[in-house]
Parts: sequence; C-alpha cells; structure tokens
Amino acid sequence: MDFLSFFIICVKVLLVFAGTLLAVLIMVYAERRVSAFMQGRLGPNRVGPQGLLQPIADGIKFLMKEDIIPDGVNKPIYLLAPVIMLIPALMTFAVIPFGSTITLFDRDIILQVADVNIGILYILALTSIGVYGIVLAGWASNSKYTLIGGLRSSAQLISYELALGLSVVSIILMSGSLRLNDIVADQQGHLLSWYVFKQPLAFLIFLIATYAETNRLPFDLAEAEQELVGGYHTEYSSMKFAMFFMSEYANMITAAALTVTLFFGGWDVPLLDEKSLGIWGAMLSVASFILKMGFFLFLFIWIRWTFPRFRYDQLMKLGWKVLLPLSLINIFITGGYLTLAALK
Amino acid sequence: MTRVTEQQLETDRMILNFGPHHPSTHGTLRIIMELEGETVMKAIPEIGYLHSGFEKLGEDLDFNQYITITDRMNYLSPLCNNVAYALAAEKLMELEVSKRTEYIRVLMCELSRIADHLLNVGMLAVDLGAMTAFLYGFRAREDIYDLFEIATGTRLTTSYTLVGGLMRDIPDGYDKAVLKVLDEVDEIANDIETLLTKNRIWHDRTKNIGIISKENAISYGISGPMARASGIDWDIRVNEPYSSYEDFDFDVAIALNGDVFDRYLVRMEEIRQSINICRQSLDKMPTGDVSIDPDFGFSLPPKDEVYNSIEGLIYHFEVTMPNRGMNPPVGEAYVATESPNGELGYYIVSDGNRTPYRVRTRPPSLINYSIFSKLIEGHMLSDAPAILGSINIIAGELDR
Repeated sequence: MDFLSFFIICVKVLLVFAGTLLAVLIMVYAERRVSAFMQGRLGPNRVGPQGLLQPIADGIKFLMKEDIIPDGVNKPIYLLAPVIMLIPALMTFAVIPFGSTITLFDRDIILQVADVNIGILYILALTSIGVYGIVLAGWASNSKYTLIGGLRSSAQLISYELALGLSVVSIILMSGSLRLNDIVADQQGHLLSWYVFKQPLAFLIFLIATYAETNRLPFDLAEAEQELVGGYHTEYSSMKFAMFFMSEYANMITAAALTVTLFFGGWDVPLLDEKSLGIWGAMLSVASFILKMGFFLFLFIWIRWTFPRFRYDQLMKLGWKVLLPLSLINIFITGGYLTLAALK
Repeated sequence: MTRVTEQQLETDRMILNFGPHHPSTHGTLRIIMELEGETVMKAIPEIGYLHSGFEKLGEDLDFNQYITITDRMNYLSPLCNNVAYALAAEKLMELEVSKRTEYIRVLMCELSRIADHLLNVGMLAVDLGAMTAFLYGFRAREDIYDLFEIATGTRLTTSYTLVGGLMRDIPDGYDKAVLKVLDEVDEIANDIETLLTKNRIWHDRTKNIGIISKENAISYGISGPMARASGIDWDIRVNEPYSSYEDFDFDVAIALNGDVFDRYLVRMEEIRQSINICRQSLDKMPTGDVSIDPDFGFSLPPKDEVYNSIEGLIYHFEVTMPNRGMNPPVGEAYVATESPNGELGYYIVSDGNRTPYRVRTRPPSLINYSIFSKLIEGHMLSDAPAILGSINIIAGELDR
C-alpha cells in the first residue's frame, strides 16, 4: 500500500468518525427541538443561536459531573460496559457506502471506509456485541432496576435480531451478495429498483426490528423510566452515562443508514447517473444519502413522541409470533420467485 | 445412615422496593413488590410519606382558616376541596348561600375537574411512554390555571371559598376568558383522543388491565370515575345534588369493563361533560352578591371595606380575633361532594367553640387506593404504573 492510499483511508476514517459523532450531536439537539415542536413547547433555545450549542453544553456538563461509582458494583465490568457499548456503535458505520466514487489524484475513491465483502454480517455481528454492554451494565451495577432492564433488553435484542437478520436475508437473496456496495449497485437506475418496492414486507419487518434493536420507543423497555427508573444505566453518571447515551444515538444513525442502504438505494439519486457528473455527482450522491438518512432519523423521533410503549410480553409476542414467521414467509416467497425466474 | 435428598434448584422471588423515590409514584409512595420474573406476585403498598397532620390542624384553626389547609390536601383540584369544606361548614351552621355563589362554585369545581382529569390522563399516558399526550394535557391545564389565577389570585393554593360565600366575585369579562379556554380544552381533548383512543399499543397496554368488578368496587367503597368505569351509575352531582347541580343538564359517563382503558374513557368523557356544565353555568349565571349578610358574623368583610372604613376594619377584627367571631352551633355535619377522584366529604364535629372539635376528611384517593395491591397482583411489573396512573392517587390526600 502506498502512502497515498494510506492517507486516503485515514482521511475517510476520520471523516466517518467525526461525521458520526457530529450526527450524534445533531440528533441530540434535533430530538429535543422536534419533540418540543410536536408538543407545543420551545425546547432548548438559549445556548447559541436557536440553541444549537446545547449539545456541546450538555457534553461539558457530563464531563464536569462527579463520576460516581456506587458501592457493591463489580468494578471492572461496571467500567467496561459503556465502552463495550460505544465502540461497536461507532464501528458499524465503517462498511456503509455513503456516496458514489470520486476520482481524485487519478484514482477512484469509493466513499466508504472499508469495502468488506461480508458487510451485512459485519454489521449484524457488531450490533450483537452491543448487547453485552447492556447486559453487563445491568448486572454489574448491583441494582434490581438495572438488572431487570439488562435482562429485558438482552431478551429483546436477541429476539429481534432474528427478525432483522431474516428480513435482510431476502435482500441478500435478491442481490446475491453480502457486500453493501453490490446491494446499492443493484438498486441503481429507476426508482422502482429500490428494494423497498421489491421487498415491502422485508422493509416493514426491518424497520420495526431496528426500532427494537436501538431500544427506541415503542420498544424502549430496557429503560422504561416509569417502571425501571433508568433501566440498565440507572447507576451510571457523568461521562459513563454519556457514553451509553452516545452509543444509543450512534446506533440509531447506523440503523437509519442501513435502512437507506438496504431499501432506499443507498446514495442513489433516482433517474440520475452520478458517475457521469464527476465530482458533482459524488457530492449529489452524498447529499442524497444524508437526506434519506435524515428522514429516517426524523422518523425515529416522530415515532418516539407519538406512541406509547409495549409491554414486555407483548414485545416478545410481536417478535416471535408475528415478525419471525412473516420474515420466514417472505424468504420463501422471495426464494420461490427467484427460482421461478431462473427457470424461465 | 443418612438419606441423600436431591438438591432442588432454589429460585427466590425478587423483592423490589418501588418508591418512595421513583419516577412513577406520583408523590411519595412506596410499594414493596415480590416479583417472579416480571410478574408481581404480591404487593404491599406503604403510605405515610407525605403525612402533614392536616386533619389535626383542623382542630386548631377556625372554620375560615381551615380552608387554606383544604387546598393543600389536593394539589390537582384544590378548588373542589375548598368547596367541599365550605359546604360542610355551611351545613353545620345552617347557612344559605346565594345562587350566584353556588354557580361560581360549580364553575370552579368543573374547571378543576377538567384540569384534574387532563393531568390524570396525561400521567397515565406518560407512565405508558406516551409523553406527548401528557404535555398536550398540561398545556390545557396551564390555561385553566390561568383562569384560577384571574379569579382567585393564585394558581394552586386557591383558598377561594369562605364559609358562607366566596373570597371575591369573579371579575368582569371572566366568562369570555373561560369560554376561550373551554374551546381550547375541547380541541386538546380531541388531540389526546386522536393520539390514544384508537391506538393499538394503547389498547394492548390498558385493556383488561387492573379490572375492578362491580361487586369489588362496591365492597371496597370505590367512588368517582373508577366506580363509574366499573358500571356503577353513581354520581353525587346527580344522585344527591349539592350547590345547585340540579340546575345543570349533563350526562354521567359510565363504562362497563372496569379496566384501565375504561377509566381513561370515563375521564375523557367527563372532561366533555364538564366543559358542557361550565358553559351552562356561564349562560345562566345569576346576578347578586357572593357573600352572605356580613352582619352574620361568619364571613370576612370585603377587602376594600376593611381598608377604607373603620366599621369594616373593626368587623374584620371581630371575625378573626380568637376570643370573638364565629359561634357555631354544637353539632356535626357531613357533606359529600363529587370531586374529580370520587366522593370527597368533610365531617365536622363542633362543640360550639371557635374551632371545630374534629375535622375528618373522606379522601377518595385513600379509599380508591385500598384496592391497588389486589389489582396489580398477577400482572406484570409494567402494568403497575398503568394501574397506579388510572387510580389517580394524590399523596397529599392519601396521608393528610
């Protein structure tokens, strides 16, 4: 690997890492402002213009807070849990293509940190690691509320991962590849080639499962404050709490990005050949990706402030008795269709 | 020779201390729950964390002074408590208040009922994770509290009634302000219903949860919206009208299943009916004085007379001085009113002194709460806040 490729990779890593963190900050701000708008309130509007600096003020506040470690916690695990949760959350974005190729310095640069040929597996694997963070935090905190929260969310994440994975399987069947770039390339061209139109059921299952995977309402049982005070992070304070907080938002951003990549053509701008437009086409594709992602992030907020929360058994019932059979049926239909199409 | 027994795997029930510091205990409550998995096997509620000796204070304060205590007992609808106590004291002293006083009291009680129900439905929603419905309700409640502030001068500690009248008349143009707020409340109630009533998750979370059968409701002495949600057609405003409620035309909201969802529906319908009653009371508002004959010796004279005339000042002192003033008859009186949570009654025993011998409150919250542990046993932990929210306990009234 020559120096230039190394440099390019470094820039991309930095860009994606900083971008994710920035998106987290924007999401925290947006969540509060949009919810305020929906509820007829003002929301934070004092720090900076329109309260834009509020997330930074919050961050400083987290840093200044006293870092309390309660008595009776299992200290190594207690300290490790937020890290286990945050690192995979920030790593998942690495395989998501966020734009078409740019030609710079006489070489084609794909706008993606790592073009892994098992992209989807990588994402599913990493998000599963995040579960350990929650379970360990719940267990190590030495509190009953956190324990219940941790148990709830581990059961929830494991059962919804099945539905999530199986809904993705039908996409893999259609594209014939686990590489996210191939999946995006498969959706190029006209609007109807987006997988959301080819696989509406898989999209629905995937969307519901991502809400459960990211612990968002109506599936935020792990941190139902009315029942469990704060759920698994009840005993965490200061920056350790902020790490949980950030990883939740980072997960949400990844989930939105993945939804766009799998079902909405990724960076694809409909009816436009990005590659023919050179660098402007690449810019346009990035903008289109961010726009689509923004919509799904907004949907996250919208749903959170509209719906009540499921109960634990209802959540399990939905996951195992509705979503799982539906996604299996969907795989069979997709498989059958593909076989018939191949026979012709 | 020892007998070898098979070692059983022991599973303990988890004891969860729910409160007194917990986000959904609405005040300071404590419930000790035995959990098996997430199912509540046993629940022992413990009250007394907000005990303030309100009833005992009644023995040291005279009849008008005690009104300031009654509104602190209920921080959701203080005016209802003011009215209930004033009615009991008036019954004891056999006072007749003017028609205008009664109508204003009805107006205030119904506005309080709207505010109370909005908050309660909102709290129920927020306990189930739907924050937005709560804030919609809170917004409407804010407007109603502004109305209280216009009429009484304060938002919460209203102390609006006097024995034999009101602290002051409603200001000019009050009806316009009320009508405007009522329209807003109507709209907001629609918004809340849009968010919740047909929401599938809401149905899943509230239907068949915490069912109170008709028999149980009667045997536990449950009253108010909770009883009506269990199919009991009992509303003191209709069955034993007080304060001119017989002049108003309204329906009693009744549901049959007695679960959390029905209690929610009954409360939403009562908001509509209360809006209706408020409009009627403004339409028919009689003219006249809001205080009984000042010479009678019970109620305080109007403030501008106290400040601007010597007779008024002397009279004010006469009423308030410990060795003068009221001379209530020896006897006892109980008046039950339909407060937003159920039957709110004051029982006053007088030995002829300036202060009552004993003041007893019949708090709807305490009696409605008595069934709580029975309701949540067998339900899941997540249902506990839902049931608690649908009972609408007010800790200040619970402990007194």
